[in-house]
Amino acid sequence: MTDPAPVAPDLAVTTPPEDLTTLEGKSVGDLVYRMLTTGFAVAIPVLLALITFEVVAAAWPAFRRFGFGFLTSGVWDPVREQFGAAPMIYGTVVSSVLALIIATPFALGVAIYLSEFSPRWLRQPVSFLVDLLAAIPSVVYGLWGIFVLLPILREKVMPFLATTLGLGRTPFFSGPAYGYSMLGAAMILAIMILPYISAVSREVLMAVPRSQREAALAMGATKWEMIRDAVIPYARSGILGGVILGLARALGETMAVTMLIGNRHEISASLFAPGYTLASVIANEFAEATNELHTAALMACGAVLLIVTLVVNAIARWLVWSVAREPKT
Amino acid sequence: MRFFPIALALTVVAAACSGGGDSATSDSISTSGVDLTGAGATFPQPIYGKWFNDYAVAHGVRINYQSIGSGGGIKQLQEGIVDFGASDSPMTDAEIATAKHGAILHFPTVLGAVVITYNLPNVTTPLRLSGQEIADIFNGTIKKWNDARLAALNPSVKLPADDIIVVHRSDGSGTTYIFTDYLNAASTTWATTAGGPGRGKEVSWKVGLGGKGNEGVAGQVKQTPGSIGYVELAYAKQNGLPAAHVKNKAGEFVEPTIASITAAAEGVMATLGADADYRVSIVNGPGAGAYPISSLTWLLIYQTPPDAAKGKKIVDFMRWMYSTGQQSAASLDYAPLPAAMTQRLTDRLATITLTATR
Repeated sequence: MTDPAPVAPDLAVTTPPEDLTTLEGKSVGDLVYRMLTTGFAVAIPVLLALITFEVVAAAWPAFRRFGFGFLTSGVWDPVREQFGAAPMIYGTVVSSVLALIIATPFALGVAIYLSEFSPRWLRQPVSFLVDLLAAIPSVVYGLWGIFVLLPILREKVMPFLATTLGLGRTPFFSGPAYGYSMLGAAMILAIMILPYISAVSREVLMAVPRSQREAALAMGATKWEMIRDAVIPYARSGILGGVILGLARALGETMAVTMLIGNRHEISASLFAPGYTLASVIANEFAEATNELHTAALMACGAVLLIVTLVVNAIARWLVWSVAREPKT
Repeated sequence: MRFFPIALALTVVAAACSGGGDSATSDSISTSGVDLTGAGATFPQPIYGKWFNDYAVAHGVRINYQSIGSGGGIKQLQEGIVDFGASDSPMTDAEIATAKHGAILHFPTVLGAVVITYNLPNVTTPLRLSGQEIADIFNGTIKKWNDARLAALNPSVKLPADDIIVVHRSDGSGTTYIFTDYLNAASTTWATTAGGPGRGKEVSWKVGLGGKGNEGVAGQVKQTPGSIGYVELAYAKQNGLPAAHVKNKAGEFVEPTIASITAAAEGVMATLGADADYRVSIVNGPGAGAYPISSLTWLLIYQTPPDAAKGKKIVDFMRWMYSTGQQSAASLDYAPLPAAMTQRLTDRLATITLTATR
């Protein structure tokens, strides 16, 4: 219950007591400890910088050859050595964002139920089972998707959306329903990121002080009003942190998406149409890419994925920051 | 401690990873007796695995083969990391020129074939297809199953009025290379269409869905009524997938079988000179009863192996493979080479120089 929320700047107390600096250097043990932790802390950014450098260096021939066109072109033709990543960038962003839109309400529902409504005996097992979703290998999700999820999508969900709801007239739900589609990939991603969002949100909600709840109840709030007006706003930035974690996971997910998205180099407005992601194209083609430019183009996809992740994360962090700044209700 | 389950999962993963590391180390200890290492194609991996195992039992020479893909095998051989490579598509002259230890020889080992499989629930007699029609289906020109040209090839079959859903490989693969190589040879339009897919391990498909690996394509075809795709013969046989009969150069519609694939190599064999380097394509080959989408797969060996002792071990293995080894190929759904070819290849092994240069 006292665990600090992982991504909640306003909850974590970071300012060290003033007199700590005066104790510095008094003991060798402290010095060693300090150096050790500093080393660990520095190692990660250095590692990231090295990886970035290596990827960009390997991708350089492709960037030099295609320039900005690599980001805007939709042609991917290894035979003629023409490479453009636009459909993959589109597919990566759209499938991840769509997954987030599907997963967040469910994850929040699970988290709110477990922290506010669930009886004690139910809380642990349900939490455990939801968290266990995160431990299932990606390829198992992919297989399950092929044999269970896609047939349901193709035979039930897609006809329902297109015909029964009449959404087939909009460009977003038009075209033939193969099953293998952006929607299929987004659904599997939604299931895969749900445990991350719900686990973080649950912890953050549980960390909301009892006094906050009691104050709301004392004001005459119903349970629903208490959750809406006192608990969720308090936990808002932490919940957003969980959502960011889920998004990062969705952007980089490879195997399950590759198995379900249909792997087609095409930007289509329809969610029923197959698409492609940056991670998928690398997984698909890297093993047999002998040609230098082909390898470079795949490395360039890796570099672009890094940048996309960075940009999306930056936007999300800015969102957390701006939300955290708002006064609490 | 409500993060416990995730923490536990991470610990398990970490343990699994380090476990993998441990087993790798113990592997390298237990296989310190490895005599040869090779890397390359995944397609012949099952039969290579069987051969290397059988050979180790019979002759005590241990061969470690890593099926990392033809591309990776070629790269590692070029850099001299492995003693031999394996590939489903022949190396180009440019690729051979950049190899560290000089000329590389291609030795065919077995034959494989690509099978056209489809999902038409009401069609029970095998579909008949010819090269031009297959090309037009995979190019998106023929869009419906009841297209007049398909109906003309299958007069006794009632084809549905459904859309054809094309499924192709999304990963770079020798299977795609063989398939597009065939379409290049058997269709008048595949190669000439401006911006057409052309020939390669990974091409720019105009239509269809991409599946990763044979299992990906087969899975999509099985799941999607009205679909058509291509997988390698062994995979199709072991999974009981329907296989179209394909028209060969002699005008016959041929079922893909071990015999019809070996026949394809026999047909091409007749056209090879004594000094052939065996970097030949046997797709759409001549000869009666030849299945047209067949291909050789090769072991790649330096003409002058940098380590003569290892070179001798490879040559000894190859001799065994061309005699005893060939007999077990069919048991794993690979077609053995024709007898005349194994004879000539065995003779060709003598051209490998086994006097060490270092």
